[in-house]
Amino acid sequence: MGLKDKLTELKENALKEINTAEDLKKINSIRVNLLGKKGPITEVLRGMRDLPKEERPNVGSFANKVRDELTSAIAERKERIEIIKISKRLEEEKIDVTLPGVPVKAGQPHIIMQVIDQIEKLFLGMGYQVVDGPEVEEDHYNFEMMNLPKDHPARDMQDTFYITDKLLMRTQTSPVQARTMEKHDFSKGPLKMISPGKVYRRDTDDATHSHQFHQIEGLVIDKNITMADLKGTLQLIARTVFGEEREIRLRPSYFPFTEPSVEVDVSCFKCNGQGCSVCKNTGWIEVLGAGMVHPNVLKMSGIDADIYGGFAFGLGPDRFAMLKYGVDDIREFYLNDVRFLKQFSQRG
Amino acid sequence: MKISTKWLSDYVNVDVEPQVLAEKIERTAVEVDEVYRLEDGLKKIVVGETLKVAAHPNSDHLHICQVDVGEDEPLQIICGAPNIAAHKKVIVALPNSRIAGNVKIKRGKMRGEVSEGMICALQEIGFTEGVVPKKFVDGIYFLPDNAEPGKPVYPYLGMDEDIIDLDVTPNRADMLSMRGTAYEIAAIYNKKVSLPHLEVKESTKDNVADYLKLKADTELASTYLMRLIKNVTVKESPLWLQKRLWNAGVRPLNNIVDVTNYVLMDYGQPLHSFDYGKINGNNITVRLAKAGEILTTLDEQERELDEHDIVIADDKGPIALAGTMGGQSTEIDGGTTTVALEAAVFNSSLIRKTARRHNLHSEASMRFERGVNRATVAEALNTAAQLIADLGEGEIVSGVAEGSLEATTPVEVSISLDKINKVLGTDLTIDIVADIFKRLEFGVEINKNVFTVSVPPRRWDISIPADLIEEVARIYGYDNLPATLPKGELTPGHYNYTQKIIRETRQLLEAAGLTQAVSYGLTTTAKAQRFLMQPSEATQLSFPMSSDRTTARMNLISGLLDDIAYNVARKVKNIAFYEQGRVFYREKGTERPVEVEHVAGALTGLFETATWHNTKTPVDFYLTKGIVEHLLHTLGVTENIRYVQANGHEEMHPGRTADVYVGNEFLGFLGEIHPNIAKEYHIERTYIFELDLKKIITMPKQLEIYTPISKYPAITRDVALAVNKSIQNSEIVSCIRKNGGKNLAKVELFDVYEGEHIAVNFKSLAYKLTYQNKKTTLLDEDVSKDFAKVVAELKKEFDAEIR
Repeated sequence: MGLKDKLTELKENALKEINTAEDLKKINSIRVNLLGKKGPITEVLRGMRDLPKEERPNVGSFANKVRDELTSAIAERKERIEIIKISKRLEEEKIDVTLPGVPVKAGQPHIIMQVIDQIEKLFLGMGYQVVDGPEVEEDHYNFEMMNLPKDHPARDMQDTFYITDKLLMRTQTSPVQARTMEKHDFSKGPLKMISPGKVYRRDTDDATHSHQFHQIEGLVIDKNITMADLKGTLQLIARTVFGEEREIRLRPSYFPFTEPSVEVDVSCFKCNGQGCSVCKNTGWIEVLGAGMVHPNVLKMSGIDADIYGGFAFGLGPDRFAMLKYGVDDIREFYLNDVRFLKQFSQRG
Repeated sequence: MKISTKWLSDYVNVDVEPQVLAEKIERTAVEVDEVYRLEDGLKKIVVGETLKVAAHPNSDHLHICQVDVGEDEPLQIICGAPNIAAHKKVIVALPNSRIAGNVKIKRGKMRGEVSEGMICALQEIGFTEGVVPKKFVDGIYFLPDNAEPGKPVYPYLGMDEDIIDLDVTPNRADMLSMRGTAYEIAAIYNKKVSLPHLEVKESTKDNVADYLKLKADTELASTYLMRLIKNVTVKESPLWLQKRLWNAGVRPLNNIVDVTNYVLMDYGQPLHSFDYGKINGNNITVRLAKAGEILTTLDEQERELDEHDIVIADDKGPIALAGTMGGQSTEIDGGTTTVALEAAVFNSSLIRKTARRHNLHSEASMRFERGVNRATVAEALNTAAQLIADLGEGEIVSGVAEGSLEATTPVEVSISLDKINKVLGTDLTIDIVADIFKRLEFGVEINKNVFTVSVPPRRWDISIPADLIEEVARIYGYDNLPATLPKGELTPGHYNYTQKIIRETRQLLEAAGLTQAVSYGLTTTAKAQRFLMQPSEATQLSFPMSSDRTTARMNLISGLLDDIAYNVARKVKNIAFYEQGRVFYREKGTERPVEVEHVAGALTGLFETATWHNTKTPVDFYLTKGIVEHLLHTLGVTENIRYVQANGHEEMHPGRTADVYVGNEFLGFLGEIHPNIAKEYHIERTYIFELDLKKIITMPKQLEIYTPISKYPAITRDVALAVNKSIQNSEIVSCIRKNGGKNLAKVELFDVYEGEHIAVNFKSLAYKLTYQNKKTTLLDEDVSKDFAKVVAELKKEFDAEIR
């Protein structure tokens, strides 16, 4: 048998062996056995010495060809085995993706703070500052500077927790207005502020009354502030909190610290003004009070009411939250039932 | 104020549906509570005539009545009313009718006798108890004799009138009267009012001066007038008057009192009628009460007066509490023949105080508090006198007795067109504005774009230009105002540093797994005084509403424990709360507390519950501490933080509480609440922290500066040592750090063990020490040398056994 025939036979046997190999270990040992220094191909090549000189290149190139063929057969088989192996692994590793995910431990802001945050962001974006004021307030700031002298009939409208004759738990965030106006330097620009915070009334707690709740007071004082500006600003609040399609309407009202004074209604977000239980079939829901700052309030804070004027509004985040989320008992906000608080976790 | 549109139509004619009118009022003037008819919801309620009334054989109080309801045959109706009588016109609810409260009346049997409907009391067809004439309160009502059987009862009782119930704001006292409301409606609809003025027919026989001498301090009563009506007969008022009263929410009593109430509603002018025969002497004085004087008022209450009460007094003493309530001793009764009728304007602030002090808020006091129309005091008096004379067949003594009389002149207010447009953001013309003032029946003169407006006394709320702007705005219509945003110089909108940190704190704690609670700021004194971080006096309310809310809080934990207790009582057992808010510290000798921003947390039960995938994580001291550490670190408080074992907090577990210091500054504390407190709240082990956020805010912060990450490898060494239990981790760590050498980069505790494999009273602590140099690769032998030194020091200092 010639060398060529030997090689051909060798090749055929080897290919058989390669193509039936089942794992990498086997294929590795085939490779070492076939192509190694002591392997049969090397041995065949060693036998070339005995060949006539002119046949040598022919046989040599044939042997190299066989070697290349076997090398690539081994590589192919190796790849194939790896593919089988990985697909087997993937098959084995299949899991039930419908099992529940691991809950993320996360706390969340109180529902009222969410409302306050939303409104703060709106006003910060319009260049307002956020101003804090004391919760224990002087009668002077809470009432008198707000154009509510002692014996004013409107003082009946708000029953007050007094601490001493002169000190009280603030009944509104409006006193922060007076405190800020007194200090504001108008040479440095207009005054644009909101003041969120807790307020207190001498009320018995029930579903619609709470001795503690929140308010956000807003105030803008400048040389050319109009009631139309107030209307536009209120519209923005309504649309930010209750949705872009909301309309507002103003109705005359009375607050001692504003003149004109208005109540503000927002078109019902539940029925879109068609009439439902939320809006008591009127299509409108009363959401806040506002007005143009009373000249007396400006004067008391040392501001020239002939040059400067502005608007103020006061809204209740508690009421907003009750309306927006359909909460029917204000006490829920302060009892902090986890099952209540966790209902309001949606952002954005 | 309940406005009957029927009454209103006597004064101003606007031909619109009541709902439309109400909406217009609401948009232009004052809020409307309700629009209704008393007949709303009622069905098949008709006039009946009791033809025969016989006792029910099986009852001691029921009667069997044969009632003509305008049909061929009378109906048999069983009636239990004590005042049932034959030949009376009564209110009959027919079979299948609906009475008040949506109750359906059906044909039925009562104790064996057929009853085809029901004979009704006024309350049963929707009248409130308070407006039903006294004599019909406990029985059925008798309609006028000319009522026609079978016809609906509603027109006879005024129940077919539309009522608009106004919620009048304190500034619009003018709308607490029919006439004032008529002016307003006329202005809204651009109509004219037509108000009747009753002529007084005086008797010429004698003069009021022969009967009455009035004296009034003008500070107390700027106007004080009286008329005398003689020879009157006190009796029931005619039905037209009664209807007007009950539709206005007032109970009819007798013709004298009814007239005063009618005129009160008509003019908004409170009046009072005295039985002249019961007055001692001829002198009537308006004065302040003397302390200790006693007056029994019409409601039979004996009231002790003080020197802030205005009284009407005769020769013997007070006979009425001015503007608030009359006295019983001069009350009109069936025997009254001479009526002294008073019309006045009393000092509003004194009336307000009197009404408050005696808890006597009446229709009269409310109007005096808010202000009455000074221009129509005398007219109201005359109208009432004439009506009393007419309805009581009496005669008016000539003349008006006068204690004081204030002249009334219109108030003049000027405003320019520019100012109006500048404030409203509008482009109104002279004509539009002038027309609005004219519609309001204000006098107006125009001079070069300036309006000089003369405001009649009925609109006492208008005195400055801003008031006129409001009138223009509301009549022009708020809907017609444009909607714009403020223009002008730009201002930066941002939180200040304190506000920023407060909001960051909230977010950090939320991200750490705590849910925000907002608790009550007012609590009991006992709870307010617990968990104190500094000595403080309690700030207490002078008149609390309930014993639970008397004192401003001085800690946040008490509130959080209330919240936890509330949840635990409702079977919610795993809670992780934080609260950010103020506490109120007050120094002895001062009145006003200082308000300090704090942040606190409270955790109980499981922090994380077990799932199919994870094991549970119960809350404990170290979990709580981790949150505090994270918070402080993230807020930039990173240097010199110390957690010091604290056994001095009464409300805390003495072995599981740490005070938190930064340097020598006390920031707050954390730990487990004392079992006694947990027991009091009926809650399980609870871990809390409370920190002074204000201190954190003002504290110097570590600047964040880039440090290059070492390119050279780190080498670690572990050491486990057994030490006496009393030795604290912090002592060991500081020993390691002190003796670790310059290449010691990190010390980590990775195991703590107490138990059977270690001697009693000993514990094992294991630390990983990391050595690293930023400039060179460390040699193993150098590290070994440093490490050996630390181990030797640990052995020496803590008598530690190296394991």
